[in-house]
Amino acid sequence: MIQNVWVIPALPLAAFLINGLFGRRWLHRWTGIIASAAVGLSALLAIGVFFEVQGGGHESTTVTLYEWIGVGDFHVSVAALVDPLSSVMLLVVTVVSFLIFVYSNAYMEHDHGFYRFFTWLSLFVFAMLILVMADNYLLMFVGWEGVGLCSYLLIGFWFERPEPYVAAKKAFVMNRIGDWGYTIGMITTFLVFGSMQFTEVFEHVDIATEANLTLICLAFFLGATGKSAQLPLHSWLPDAMEGPTPVSALIHAATMVTAGVYLVARSMPLFEAAGPSLAVVGAVGAVTAIFAATIALVQFDIKRVMAYSTVSQLGYMFLALGVGAPVAAIFHLATHAFFKALLFLGSGSVIHGLGGEQDMRKMGGLRRKLPVTYWTMLLAGGALAALPPLAGFWSKDEIVAAAFLGGYPVLWAIGILTAVLTAFYVTRAMWLTFHGEPRDHHLYDHAHESPAVMTLPLIALAVGTAVLGIAIGFPPEAGFIHRFLGPVFEHEGAAEHAVEAATILTLAAVSVAAGVLGILVGLSMYVRHRPDPAAVSRAAGPFYRLLVNKYFVDELYDRRIVDALRAAFGAMWAFDIHIIDGLANRLGWLAAVGGSGLRRAQTGIVGNYALTIVAGLLVILVAYGGYAAGIFTR
Amino acid sequence: MAVPLGAFIAVSAVLFFIGTAGVLVRRNAVVILMSVELMLNATNLALVAFSRRFASIDERGSVFVVFIFVVAAAEVAVGLAIILSAYRNRPTVDVDEIRQMKG
Repeated sequence: MIQNVWVIPALPLAAFLINGLFGRRWLHRWTGIIASAAVGLSALLAIGVFFEVQGGGHESTTVTLYEWIGVGDFHVSVAALVDPLSSVMLLVVTVVSFLIFVYSNAYMEHDHGFYRFFTWLSLFVFAMLILVMADNYLLMFVGWEGVGLCSYLLIGFWFERPEPYVAAKKAFVMNRIGDWGYTIGMITTFLVFGSMQFTEVFEHVDIATEANLTLICLAFFLGATGKSAQLPLHSWLPDAMEGPTPVSALIHAATMVTAGVYLVARSMPLFEAAGPSLAVVGAVGAVTAIFAATIALVQFDIKRVMAYSTVSQLGYMFLALGVGAPVAAIFHLATHAFFKALLFLGSGSVIHGLGGEQDMRKMGGLRRKLPVTYWTMLLAGGALAALPPLAGFWSKDEIVAAAFLGGYPVLWAIGILTAVLTAFYVTRAMWLTFHGEPRDHHLYDHAHESPAVMTLPLIALAVGTAVLGIAIGFPPEAGFIHRFLGPVFEHEGAAEHAVEAATILTLAAVSVAAGVLGILVGLSMYVRHRPDPAAVSRAAGPFYRLLVNKYFVDELYDRRIVDALRAAFGAMWAFDIHIIDGLANRLGWLAAVGGSGLRRAQTGIVGNYALTIVAGLLVILVAYGGYAAGIFTR
Repeated sequence: MAVPLGAFIAVSAVLFFIGTAGVLVRRNAVVILMSVELMLNATNLALVAFSRRFASIDERGSVFVVFIFVVAAAEVAVGLAIILSAYRNRPTVDVDEIRQMKG
């Protein structure tokens, strides 16, 4: 199975080609079925690869397809590195993709871009699989750019309206800033190590100076912040919600945005050797987690709440990487992929049921109309709030515990505080959407539960959300995921703090208490109006406005960076118009004036020409005569 | 008795200047063409005379004359054709009247 690992990305690629070439004219609705079937087969194969890696002693295998570039000492192969880390990623990507593909068949049913949607979505899965399978930084970059392109195309899927088009452009530009960092990191890696292959680079970490390693790691981390929407490049992700909801679920919650986490986890040997880099990763992750969670408190668009929640949860993953707990980060990545995809698909089901309404202020009481959506989302919300025994509890608890045990009490405190905020905003979102009295009776009366094609994936994801955490994460610090992924990161030796069970239980109790506190405050505010949410927002005054306006980050970027760039480009444009073009125009004018002067010589009178010829002859004769005479006198 | 070389050259020079004057002062295109012929023949005369005088060294001058005949014949043919088509365009052979080539 492992030797045929390339079949896994080949299937979505085939679906992309078939749908792209024949979709518009002949296949129509079949595009969705073809794409879903291809990704479903990939998921089955990924499950097979996963179990083969698990059964085969967790060793890593390189499957080379062909040599891509071979120039002098520079060799890059199209090769897959199949080890526990990449097999987990393959599994998460293909399984979540398959469920979202099935869901999209119904969600996008009435869209005239149906075939286009599945074409780009198939290409996305292909690129994402290349990203996680690659055994070198250059091939990974191919996938990295591929998912960025698909993200752009799918955010701007409804390009007839201006908002999606602007959001797509913003996502693309901010990702380019990150990609610049990735490129710098990649080139420096090659200059320092003479190779871009993961295994070769990691074996020779000690030949690099610490300054070089720090440069490489910080450059790669800049790439990760762009892709994974961390500060200061986070602001594209909430805007990316302009895309169709399945796209938000797949690309902007479950898979693509975790690419940055995967990159750092994959490069862990470099980061560990690179002095302050890991501290930067942890700090950025923690600040982003609490920053985004506070914004999510006050949003009214159901998808925006989820978007800021995603940014916040990605912050948790980087926090875990920063405190030297990559296993916990990948664990949270996997559980988050399930419960956040479920939250997004559930939101999509609500939006679908209400005919496109996303404002939670117009919802309320919908649990009677959309029971399946309600119960599955409730489960996912519980997982997001980290209630045991749901998936999110096990992974988030491990991250927070790792921060505490690793000697980072500040990061631990931020993690706990963020957990309170998370539980609060998820309670608020669930209450506003599903409980209370309907606030818009027209919308409520027309609301309907989604068809089975949409609810079945919700149920499947809900099962994953319920059991995944306890299945692979129990007992904490020693569960299946640790035994499986541990060998990948074993060189760190940090995973073996022998901790007493009492400490673990106390830490878990604190984080559960944080979640329960958040939920209780939320219920008290929205059920009993004690205190009343409107009164609280009035009392908070300027701070509330700061949150509603997302800390004015977009305005800051517009004023400080975009305007400055506009001014600089305006100056360059003026230079081009006046100096470069002016020079060319002046030369042309010179030729024209010279020509109109010389034109007077052409009188058209034959006599003048003849006279000129004779005069010329005489001049030649006199000159030559003088010359000849000079010779003769010598 | 041998005519001295200077006599040939003198006749040649006179013919040449008559031709030049004709080209410069006459306005009738046909007459100008005739004057050009006169200049060419003046040159021919000089070439033949030199060729004859220096025959012991080189007689290529007379070969040159044959070439000039050929070129002159071609020149007359082309020149007359141009004059004819100019005349068809506008019924005159006065070169001062034909000045459409003015730049």
